[in-house]
Amino acid sequence: MSKKQKGQTRVCVYPDWCKGCGLCVAFCPAKVLVLNAFGKAEVAHEDECINCGFCELHCPDFAIAIKPRTRNGAAQPDPRSGWSDPENEHGRASPPVRTAEPNPNPEE
Amino acid sequence: MADVTQLIHDYLRHNKKFPHVFCAGCGHGIVLGSLIRSVHALGLPKDDVVLVAGIGCSGRMAVYVDFNTVHTTHGRALTFATGIKMANPKLKVICVMGDGDALSIGGNHLIHAARRNIGVTALILNNHIYGMTGGQCSSATPQGDISMTTPFGSLEKAFDIADMCKAAGASYVARGTSFHAIQLDRLISTAIMHPGFSVVEVFSPCPTQYGRKNKFRNAVDMYKWLKSNTVKVETLKDPDQKPADGRIPIGVFRDVEEPGLEERYFELQRKLMGQNR
Repeated sequence: MSKKQKGQTRVCVYPDWCKGCGLCVAFCPAKVLVLNAFGKAEVAHEDECINCGFCELHCPDFAIAIKPRTRNGAAQPDPRSGWSDPENEHGRASPPVRTAEPNPNPEE
Repeated sequence: MADVTQLIHDYLRHNKKFPHVFCAGCGHGIVLGSLIRSVHALGLPKDDVVLVAGIGCSGRMAVYVDFNTVHTTHGRALTFATGIKMANPKLKVICVMGDGDALSIGGNHLIHAARRNIGVTALILNNHIYGMTGGQCSSATPQGDISMTTPFGSLEKAFDIADMCKAAGASYVARGTSFHAIQLDRLISTAIMHPGFSVVEVFSPCPTQYGRKNKFRNAVDMYKWLKSNTVKVETLKDPDQKPADGRIPIGVFRDVEEPGLEERYFELQRKLMGQNR
């Protein structure tokens, strides 16, 4: 949230839960979302998302989820498994990622 | 930001019909999300939280969350909450009421709960109107505003919930809006952990019944109004004076540490039991 870097996230809208109030469309600072022909929110410019979290916090119907991207560009399946950003691989501090740790004692 | 929606979905009852019953753009959904985030941030188990709700749009909130919930009679949410808190003071009792529920029908209960300083969190969702019954004028409708029963503008002044609760003796009084969701999280979580009676008034727009009669074209207009017509109480020179430009102060108005009624009651019980031995 602190880094205002673009293109780090996937924006997922659940159309079944969206009522088309337009709050996310009106207040998104990067204009990522638009209302489509059915009156529901739709992701138009996903690469512009700065991960501010406004839409996720203010969606009255809990219909938007901002998920971190994996390296191949897909949304991570479990959002709580943490970020898998390149920083992690350079050994800097970042939230834990569920990866298969190599066993320190292979004999056991 | 990654886990907010997932977290809220974990706390909902998925055997209920979704999307929920609130209209498009209703602030109650945002408050529901904020409440869930606050409870999660405090690390309270679901079984230790009781959500008591009255009648009205806000009463539907108790249906959707997976806490211990009671859907009570109109205006009497605080009386049920008082009983629950006195019977089991370990529970965190949150009482969700609308403005009609808390001020008109249960106005008496509100001031007396504040006077007793019972350790209940009262969350008053103020949408300035009786939303569910068709948009009648409530005691929180601002003077001059149009509703179904006041087509030429309301002639009565509205209640200032924060001022009233402060005067009645509540030990934590705050006001937030559903536009300022991050601040609302903080207000609700502080209120839940506060020992005495804590009131959080939340301005929650009603686009269907209030907005379209009062020159708000859509829900977004109402949130824009909230954004530009509120001011943080910390930034005011004199927090007791209302701002001259008519903006609404939001933030914490009173925060004093006083023991709640249930604490005083159990102290007395312990003292008397000690004397008898």
